Amino acid sequence: MALQDADALFQHKIDNEIKIEPKDFMPEAYRKTNIRQISQHAHSEIVGMLPEANWISRAPSLKRKAILLAKVQDEAGHGLYLYSAAETLGTSRDEMINDLHIGKAKYSSIFNYPSLTWADMGVIGWLVDGAAILNQVALCRTSYGPYARALVRICKEESFHQRQGFDSLLVLSKGTPAQKEMCQDAINRWWWPSLMMFGPKDSESTNNDQSIKWKIKRKTNDELRQSFVDMAAEQVKVLGMVLPDEKLKWNSQKNQYDFGEINWVEFWNVVKGNGPCNKQRLAARVKAHEDGAWVREAAIAFAEKRKMKREILKEPAI
Amino acid sequence: MQQVNSANNQTDLIELDSGKVPLWEGFREAFILHLADNALILAQRNSEWCGHGPVLEQDIAITNISLDLLGQARNLYQYAALLINKEPHNLSASSLHSGGKEVTEDSLSFLRTEREFKNCLLVEQPNGNWGYTILRQYLFSVYQFLLYGQLQYSEDENLAAIAVKSLKEVTYHVRWSSEWVIRLGDGTAESHKKMVQALEEVWSFTGELFLPEPYENEAITGFDLVALQHSWLQQITNVLKEATLFSSALNEKVFMQSGGKKGLHTEHMGYILAELQFMQRAYPDAEW
Repeated sequence: MALQDADALFQHKIDNEIKIEPKDFMPEAYRKTNIRQISQHAHSEIVGMLPEANWISRAPSLKRKAILLAKVQDEAGHGLYLYSAAETLGTSRDEMINDLHIGKAKYSSIFNYPSLTWADMGVIGWLVDGAAILNQVALCRTSYGPYARALVRICKEESFHQRQGFDSLLVLSKGTPAQKEMCQDAINRWWWPSLMMFGPKDSESTNNDQSIKWKIKRKTNDELRQSFVDMAAEQVKVLGMVLPDEKLKWNSQKNQYDFGEINWVEFWNVVKGNGPCNKQRLAARVKAHEDGAWVREAAIAFAEKRKMKREILKEPAI
Repeated sequence: MQQVNSANNQTDLIELDSGKVPLWEGFREAFILHLADNALILAQRNSEWCGHGPVLEQDIAITNISLDLLGQARNLYQYAALLINKEPHNLSASSLHSGGKEVTEDSLSFLRTEREFKNCLLVEQPNGNWGYTILRQYLFSVYQFLLYGQLQYSEDENLAAIAVKSLKEVTYHVRWSSEWVIRLGDGTAESHKKMVQALEEVWSFTGELFLPEPYENEAITGFDLVALQHSWLQQITNVLKEATLFSSALNEKVFMQSGGKKGLHTEHMGYILAELQFMQRAYPDAEW
């Protein structure tokens, strides 16, 4: 089959909502874009464990400690499925992790903000997971089969996390004055970074057009961001708290909320590595990897020894 | 154990504010709190690995064990709270007496002081490297396996039910940690060396596991703790041999550290509680 035909067949499948599978033909750029996106998602799950793990030892009740531990463990699980999904495209987990550690691969910038109080655990669940879900629900219909299937499972767990996050904020919002203050403060700190999770404006995003055509992406950054604002602006009322945006206002003509401008200087700085925790997060991942090197080496050496032993035992006696 | 036997005959009575109470009455609660504290403090230690494990699959595994232990601790604290609330005077000399409130799993874990915690020293030791954590887990899991193996037949139905549930989890912990002890002991020269060192460091904290406090008397627990030591030693010797870590020096008299079960801890304990209890201390009387 001529390459041209293969390309046409590929686009035909995409147009007809037929999933692309690992052994199918795919343009190199499609493969690369998917590896970039899936590995970036995997790295976000793993780095995203850090700001939440920061509060495990200090969770305020045994129940909250168990919920938080289970949640962070789920993130590790998501990282696993995603690395596996990316591996079907011909890369390896080691390669992807190395790219993260040398700064070549990115992860979601939101995790470069610090988790300063217990209320941050609730707000991360509500806003950060909430923003991630909007992105990911749209992606459950993404054209690459293994990624789409991993996302279906991830979305179910993330929705659960978001409810748990909101529930823990609801408790704070009905609590003591100090708890209410803690809740509002955490919303203030995480609101704008959450909006930044949807990426640059459509007019400035370089990956949008081709990704939409290939159905790797199903909705644009601005579309998703608007849905998020509309959702959060209503939910915050249930908490009796406010979003820190004076320009936030219902627009009855457009049937959606108007909202203020993101601080794009901050956005690009955090992307470039100048956020409050960029260095700390990456250093923690690199340290875990380096400290674990002897463990991984020992596991390989042991497996080889056992394999050799089994082979010797299989040899017929002379 | 004369004291306990005579207490069993309800002859020894001590005067408390609330009236005459037999001395042994608080022992059951103390025993349950001791089991709960062991599980909680090891859960707390293991959870420090979350997000920092040597490989993703094992990060998940150690977090899972942490969650299991936390679940055991919660069951035990809830049961202890039930008993204490029925007979509040049984928690003698406790910082929880103030206010006359009912105790809960949270007040038992977040509002007792360092000297009131009854966990053994082994579980409060810092994680060290992955090898030390694994070895500590293995030695403790085999102890828990034997202990819950006895407690599942307890006449105390609640305790028996907790033991049956926990035993399923601990069976897996023993399997997982023993496999890692063998893998690291018999892996590379470097991993072997690290495991030898870990064993030397951890060993002196193992004796306390089988050194019974009055609240661990057979009359309270329904089994002889000292008798478990033989099975424990046999089981771990087999694994340590397979891991090429067995040393006859282990059988020689090593001076064993003890005190945790009486509330005499190592210096690490204060820092564990400082983190664990921070929120409840900083925001008293808040619901979370």
